[in-house]
Amino acid sequence: MTTTHYVEEPTTVTRYSAGARVNHWITAGSLILLAVSGLALFHPALFFLTALFGGGEYTRMVHPWIGVVLLLGFTGLFLRFWRLNLWERTDNVWLGRLRSVLAGHEEDLPECGKYNAGQKLVFWGMSLLIVVLFISGVGAWDSQHAFLKETFGISFTIDQKRLAILVHAVAAIGAILIWIVHVYAALWVKGTVRAMMRGSVTGGWAWRHHRRWLREEVAADGKKSDGK
Amino acid sequence: MATLQSLDLKRRSATAGTPPAARQTLEVSKLIDISKCIGCKACQVACMEWNDLRAEVGEVHGYYDNPGDLSPSTWTMMRYTERDNPDTGDLEWLIRKDGCMHCSDPGCLKACPSPGAIVQYSNGIVDFVSENCIGCGYCVKGCPFNIPRISQTDNKAYKCTLCSDRVAVGQAPACVKACPTQALVFGSKEDMIVHAQGRVADLKSRGYKNAGLYDPPGVGGTHVMYVLHHADQPQLYAGLPNQPRISPLVELWKGAAKNVGLIGIGFAAFFGFMHYVVNGPNRVSKEDEEAAVKLKEGGK
Repeated sequence: MTTTHYVEEPTTVTRYSAGARVNHWITAGSLILLAVSGLALFHPALFFLTALFGGGEYTRMVHPWIGVVLLLGFTGLFLRFWRLNLWERTDNVWLGRLRSVLAGHEEDLPECGKYNAGQKLVFWGMSLLIVVLFISGVGAWDSQHAFLKETFGISFTIDQKRLAILVHAVAAIGAILIWIVHVYAALWVKGTVRAMMRGSVTGGWAWRHHRRWLREEVAADGKKSDGK
Repeated sequence: MATLQSLDLKRRSATAGTPPAARQTLEVSKLIDISKCIGCKACQVACMEWNDLRAEVGEVHGYYDNPGDLSPSTWTMMRYTERDNPDTGDLEWLIRKDGCMHCSDPGCLKACPSPGAIVQYSNGIVDFVSENCIGCGYCVKGCPFNIPRISQTDNKAYKCTLCSDRVAVGQAPACVKACPTQALVFGSKEDMIVHAQGRVADLKSRGYKNAGLYDPPGVGGTHVMYVLHHADQPQLYAGLPNQPRISPLVELWKGAAKNVGLIGIGFAAFFGFMHYVVNGPNRVSKEDEEAAVKLKEGGK
């Protein structure tokens, strides 16, 4: 998982609580299942993926319910992290030096808080797309339309349904692209995955990638007591 | 019902390439001459009988349409429209037998994500193969005529088959067989067009100057056609679409979006991988760890 770049056990910093990690992996799992089942129904060449869900009918049946899980899961993540993802002036500088970011020259970048501009864009992009996906998904969820009409008086015209399914497909592609960026960044930047697996990162990781956050953590720790 | 004529497939849903199409059958068509229809509903009854279907008994809403709409077990129905013709002052009773039009370019088949759930035979009939249907309702969105209905019982889509089972053995569809006025006729599409031209000429000679054949080119023509007295205003006939075509939203969804989307995802993954190959991993250095330790100690 992580690299053995330092001989002794390095100093560590807590990044995610157990609750946040469980919340993240429920969301991540549902997103992956949704992407696979959604792609299966999106492109004929990928229809074979329905076999993973027990066939086409089960895929059609289960996909929207996983969507409900994703919405709940992501709402949890949103409430946890939205404040930390508010845009700051230094984020523009970071984005302006995307070339340095991609080359891994982090010494050229402003010090980041808990999240850098790229992570913030992933966060807000996903937030927006998941709302769009849920609303358009409800528009395409035919088997629940009778229920929606009886319970909430919501109904859809045929053109709204057609639009819904087009928007759903386009938004899903957007979400998958963002997901690729998210996963790739986690794999490329070594020492990141353990933050979501074990909840902690090494001090060096924090120093290198989120120095302002590390300073804040250390300062808060120092105020409390000796800490660990 | 399984595919009765697998050698005769012209198109198959969610399938790349063309089916074998080993045999070329005669392109058929049903012609519905609205000017001859007396609204007796014999076609509805024949359809129920042949296909062994019985819709749940509903309620009378004070008009002739009965059942009130197509359903998984009502594959054809008469739609009645009373019209006060402003040009002649005549009261016209426009009765249209509604059901699948069997488009040459079927929107349902284009939208369907399940391989082989919708097929088109070389004779032009568009058929739903229930065992492959997954009940997603995409065909409903693809159809420009509002025809397919999803059953609440088994979550499969249903519609008129143009009696593909009868046609396969050289019989006319049940509705055609039952029609007492020959408002319904069935034969090769070519013959039906010729027959319709005769009917249109007759209607024109009797004052219906806009009489014409409804064989909409927007969907490549259909294998159920109408003779209309007012072919310039098909919408008079209980909302028969004027220039039907597959919705551009559906075309975009099943066309560009499908392929561009998948290619885009592939490229993103490819570029990610190549970025790693070129730049290598972004590792924390020994100096980073030492700086962190120093910071922590200083913060104490």
